[in-house]
Amino acid sequence: MREKLIYILGAIAAVLLARNLYSIFMQLPDEASQGMIYRIIFFHVPAAITAMLCAAVTCITSAAYLLTRNLKYDAISVAVTEVGLAFLAANLVTGSIWGRIIWGIWWTWDARLTSALVCWLLYAGYLMLRRAIEEPTARARISAVFNIFAFADVPIVIFSIKWWRTQHPQPVFWGGGSIDPAMYLTAVLNLVALVLLAVVLSLIRLRQEEVQREIDSIRRYAHAV
Amino acid sequence: MDFLRQTLVIARKDLRAELRTKEAINAALAFSIVILVLFSFAFDPGEQETVDMSGGLLWIVYAFAGTLVLNRSFAREVPNDCLDALVAAPISGGALFLGKALANFVLVIAVELVSLPVFGIFYNVHWTGHIWSLLLVLALGTWGLTVIGTIFSALTVNIRLRELMAPLLVYPMLIPALMSAMKLTMDLIAGKPLGGEDEVWLRLLVAFDVIFTALSLVLLETVLIG
Repeated sequence: MREKLIYILGAIAAVLLARNLYSIFMQLPDEASQGMIYRIIFFHVPAAITAMLCAAVTCITSAAYLLTRNLKYDAISVAVTEVGLAFLAANLVTGSIWGRIIWGIWWTWDARLTSALVCWLLYAGYLMLRRAIEEPTARARISAVFNIFAFADVPIVIFSIKWWRTQHPQPVFWGGGSIDPAMYLTAVLNLVALVLLAVVLSLIRLRQEEVQREIDSIRRYAHAV
Repeated sequence: MDFLRQTLVIARKDLRAELRTKEAINAALAFSIVILVLFSFAFDPGEQETVDMSGGLLWIVYAFAGTLVLNRSFAREVPNDCLDALVAAPISGGALFLGKALANFVLVIAVELVSLPVFGIFYNVHWTGHIWSLLLVLALGTWGLTVIGTIFSALTVNIRLRELMAPLLVYPMLIPALMSAMKLTMDLIAGKPLGGEDEVWLRLLVAFDVIFTALSLVLLETVLIG
């Protein structure tokens, strides 16, 4: 069942991505002031939103683990965190490339860039913390608590642009900016495509995690016998 | 009422244990002075620029020296199985956390209050202009540092590579609090009073303290007992 879901969602994501890439590179015109580099926004913004969704999902599954003590939620947390971290890295890298062209620098210590990087470090810390704990239930418990702490940091990322003066452009989408309907449609479709991709990757990673746990338990059983 | 009494018992116990050995507090004091000396090589101490950013330097010193005290907070209970006794004691996890956090707060702020004048002398910084506002920022920033340091000390108490993991997790988590404390301290040292544009930073610092204190109070039992 889950196998089929992976293939179906993967196929939808692939079709959507192909459609969007065609639209981004062949149909949509260059932006008036930025030229062709603006196209990176179609990946930059959806990647950030996907990463935030992943963070929200792992916070919920971590809390669910603490409430139910079902190790399934722990497996989902680690799978989704790894995928979300990859999307946040994609967001940081695309932003950096854009900044090199438009600002002339790869990086600036602007509030929003800094917050995104801090979030990346936090969730990387989550994965490192997991590696330092051997015992499965202690690992699940302690990393779930850490995950909730990390997620408490995420609202600061979202609101930072409103609180602090910033060099980062004001949001084009849903932030009072104006955008051509065709560009808006492609951006939304690309968000859908990237979220689907994240779901597919998380499911694959989840299966790896489950297989790994099964191997571990068989190994423990063999030792016991 | 019981909660308050239990909290104070834990805090008093921790302070007494620390004041008898003075291990952590001496190390933290010496360390903060070593960093202050090291900074004088990294930045020209005579330059106006160094004075302008001294608020930031000061908080880096506090964050580094503070973790020396904080990391040991739960680790020191492991020998002689004191941690098991604390967990078995008929007090709530919240009281245990708050007591330890209070004791740590007193120790860290003591280190800070000693190194602040030293810093002023070394770097020719006039920090007494807005002394009460500065003390308020110091207290709020230190409480944030203490809360995160104490709960992460509990989180990492039983894991491998404890000394390596704790700072790795603590500093990124602390960044919002450190950021606002640095900004406020820099402005206060430059002679600007609190309020106006700085108010958002002050609010952020208070929000950070409140959110993480609440989370820690709720989650400490989960961390220690399971």
